Amino acid sequence: MHQTFDATLEMNLLHANQHGADKNRAQLDSWGITCLNLMSSPGSGKTQLLEKTLQQLNSELQMAVIEGDMTTQLDAERLRRCGVPVIAINTGRACHLDSRMVAGGLLQFANEQQPNEFDLVFVENVGNLVCPAEFEVGEHAKVALLSVTEGEDKPLKYPIMFREADCLLITKIDLAPFLEIDIETIVANVRQINSKADIFLVSAKTGEGLDHWLDWIRQKTPASCC
Amino acid sequence: MHETDMTKALILTVKDWLSEQSGHPVVERIHLTVGQFTCVEPASLQFAFRAQVQGTFLEKSDLVIEETPLLAFCHPCQQEYRPEIGLQYACPVCQSPLEDILSGRELKINRVEFSQPTSV
Ligand SMILES: Nc1nc2c(ncn2[C@@H]2O[C@H](COP(=O)(O)OP(=O)(O)OP(=O)(O)O)[C@@H](O)[C@H]2O)c(=O)[nH]1
Ligand SMILES: [Mg+2]
Ligand SMILES: [Zn+2]
Repeated sequence: MHQTFDATLEMNLLHANQHGADKNRAQLDSWGITCLNLMSSPGSGKTQLLEKTLQQLNSELQMAVIEGDMTTQLDAERLRRCGVPVIAINTGRACHLDSRMVAGGLLQFANEQQPNEFDLVFVENVGNLVCPAEFEVGEHAKVALLSVTEGEDKPLKYPIMFREADCLLITKIDLAPFLEIDIETIVANVRQINSKADIFLVSAKTGEGLDHWLDWIRQKTPASCC
Repeated sequence: MHETDMTKALILTVKDWLSEQSGHPVVERIHLTVGQFTCVEPASLQFAFRAQVQGTFLEKSDLVIEETPLLAFCHPCQQEYRPEIGLQYACPVCQSPLEDILSGRELKINRVEFSQPTSV
């Protein structure tokens, strides 16, 4: 004989991921590290922005990168040339990082480095405008990138990432003069779904606008004021 | 295919829950609520679920998915409205940005129906 029961769970489908993310954040907090999760579609300029950012902040902050890539080590190698530790995570077929993968990355980081000496860890997520937004990894803030070559409508078509972002970087603005793109429309479209995010226009190529982005990072990183 | 990962997460969550139960419950049906304003497509989720539970403790379990619409609340207008996903998210009356979401962001395991062999 079987008896049937009904149990109310009211549990987030991503409960396990969320739990892991909270643990990662607690771990990072115990080391005094701020963690920023960079997300965008493939090729929006995450790695190039990181290269510039690492170079410019190297004298102020101890930084490391957790690099999520589906199959290659190419981005990790580019970033290692900036002289910071880079933990590469190959996600295989998964199109985003999850908190378990990042926990593995943090463990490796703790084994290889003195985590207490670090101030800032960047996570470069897998290039994908959809799923990374739903999978928290333990970051303190989400940074979304959108390059001017992608079109004004992307925030409307892929709203969740832009809704969740604490900071939005409109990248490759050096290319704007060559395109029929209206940056004000991009900003207005983002503002429809996110009235709070800090929005900066940047070019990793020319360096334009990077100061505002670097100041934003400094604000998020308590260690930088001492 | 993020639905594959969502399904993995779902199976893990149910497994965790099950390990905390006494006896040997058998999961009959899992009820999910999936909001329209998430990156999850119910049909893909259903498909991924069927594929992944083969040969596991959930092989005979059904997945029931309820979809919830995106509903927002405009504070200036003190009014609910339905944003048009992909087109227009601001309040259609006063153009205020999308702030409070009343429904549509759910990715929730609501309840689990399970059976328990009755002890005599
Ligand atoms: N003109 C211009 N090109 C840029 C800029 N930033 C990046 N690029 C170019 O855009 C291409 C992609 O840049 P990446 O930094 O590799 O982009 P990504 O987001 O890391 O790409 P994935 O990791 O593959 O998702 C490269 O060819 C860069 O040189 C910029 O500010 N201006
Ligand atoms: Mg990259
Ligand atoms: Zn209104």
